[in-house]
Amino acid sequence: MESEKRSIERGALSRLVEQWLSQGKRVLAPMHSGDKVDFAWVTSLDDVSLDHVQTVQSPKTAVFPRVEELFSFRSADGRVEVRERDLGALPEIVVLGLRPCDAAAMAALGAIFNWDAPDRLFSARLARTTLVTIACSRADEHCFCTSVGGGPGAVAGSDILLTDMGQGAYLAEIVSAKGREAARAAGPLFAPAPGMDKESRLATVAKAFSPDAIAAALERMFDAGGFWEEQSRRCVGCGACAYVCPTCACFDIQDEGGISGQRLRCWDSCGFGLFTLHTSGHNPRWLQSQRWRQRLMHKFAYMPERQQALGCVGCGRCSRACPVDMNILEHLRAVAEAKP
Amino acid sequence: MSPTDLFQPLLMKIEQVIEETPDVRTLRLAFADERQGREFTFRTGQFGEYSVFGEGECTFCIASPPTRNGFIECTFRKAGRVTTALAGLEPGETIGFRGPYGNIFPIQDWERKNLLFIAGGIALPPMRSVIWNVLDLRDRYGDITIVYGARTVADLVYKRELAEWAARPDIKLVTTVDPGGETPDWKGEIGFVPAVLDKAAPASRDTIAVVCGPPVMIKFTFPVLARLGLAPKSIFTTLENRMKCGVGKCGRCNTGKYFVCKDGPVFTLAQLQGMPQEY
Repeated sequence: MESEKRSIERGALSRLVEQWLSQGKRVLAPMHSGDKVDFAWVTSLDDVSLDHVQTVQSPKTAVFPRVEELFSFRSADGRVEVRERDLGALPEIVVLGLRPCDAAAMAALGAIFNWDAPDRLFSARLARTTLVTIACSRADEHCFCTSVGGGPGAVAGSDILLTDMGQGAYLAEIVSAKGREAARAAGPLFAPAPGMDKESRLATVAKAFSPDAIAAALERMFDAGGFWEEQSRRCVGCGACAYVCPTCACFDIQDEGGISGQRLRCWDSCGFGLFTLHTSGHNPRWLQSQRWRQRLMHKFAYMPERQQALGCVGCGRCSRACPVDMNILEHLRAVAEAKP
Repeated sequence: MSPTDLFQPLLMKIEQVIEETPDVRTLRLAFADERQGREFTFRTGQFGEYSVFGEGECTFCIASPPTRNGFIECTFRKAGRVTTALAGLEPGETIGFRGPYGNIFPIQDWERKNLLFIAGGIALPPMRSVIWNVLDLRDRYGDITIVYGARTVADLVYKRELAEWAARPDIKLVTTVDPGGETPDWKGEIGFVPAVLDKAAPASRDTIAVVCGPPVMIKFTFPVLARLGLAPKSIFTTLENRMKCGVGKCGRCNTGKYFVCKDGPVFTLAQLQGMPQEY
């Protein structure tokens, strides 16, 4: 279905944020913090950064928090009572100012959480989250959305896509049913959008590679040990790439609080040596090079085959966050050029 | 009522604790909710996530056969945080269980064939379910041979059942311990499993082998099976990788593109030969 085109002035957007907050919704948006911009819970549009290229972290925390309770339990007198999580009590969230790549990442997360058996908690969070994306008027050397099926003005995954048209006016493309409901609730804050064309306002992101070619190359490279060793020599296994990634969904399950506590799901990373370590001491991925291979293989080879989704949206966050300057684009180029 | 959430365990009561070795326990578990117990079904080879509330979850195959109703059993070595907590529990206490997960040993396809079970150490438990399953349907199968070895006599698990199997005329049981692991009254073999298997020379025509044990045992057992003439598609094993979710999401049990929790844990040697070695 064609997106409905409306427009919204900055002042009206500010009132819309107030309206969401007054309705009890939580608003997650990019905020300046020192010399960085990162997602935070905001109380006004004045808090929101509108001039950055990309946030440090992704907004995946809205649908997959860093730590979340799966259920709670109470033990007393040899009896255990398990209390199911009340999904109806989950907050309604509006993510404002995420990028089109972040909106596209929701489909990749959904592919992981729901590919076989549905993950109720993830799905309930996603159902209660409205994505009001702002298209990219600027990009940097780490951006590569166009290589993985996205674009600076792509609507996929968003509920509403805003494009800054200058002079405090935004084109608002109402993309989904959830977006139409949000626009309806906002009433006259959205105005008609006569003759607005976003194309000239969008950043240019050059295509760097073809994911099919990467997948085909990776298919033959599992046993190219020397290649992976060379590619990962710098990797310190810190997991920053996974933590900032909008599609990384590997998790740990841990109990906290003793015999009357909670079972928690927490972010984890395939870059950590402990991730696959058996209690016996055996570790199927005992080298950092094997863990780096897993990261690329999972996103670019295994997920496309098993979950019919790419595990990368080209946001470039891993390259920006890496403490030893591993650049995902350079690593993918090396894969494409490898002669196994 | 059954939980609607994937990660919420069913409650099970410990009915019996069996000390197999100083650090290996078998727990017999019954569902706290009788209706859940009646509705629960599984097939041999599947596994579960067992939890001690406040400590966490760990993964074991269901060690009892689906032919025995009203309970399930698991056998584990006290090694980490959760297994240490589990080993400290007593009959009457409650634990959590999620499952059954994973694929199965295709025992219906094995009817009329000879069966050869080869296990080392703590790897007999994941094979005990399928052994009892075929023994409970004994007339459907040909010769049944079990070769089981451990480092020492003390490390052999299921000693009562080994005695029971040894006494049955319709099973050939060979037990062995590593050189130096024998006791003065040890009557079994002394030597490593692959060599003992070679010597035992089990039936090899129309034979299915199930092999489970430490990597070094498996490595030297496959060539013996090849010499016996078994095809890779007739050799089965059950893999163990670290797991958290058991349902294909947490990202750590994969070996290449295959999930041990979804595509396994049961694989044939033919399948393993086409998979990256990441287990």
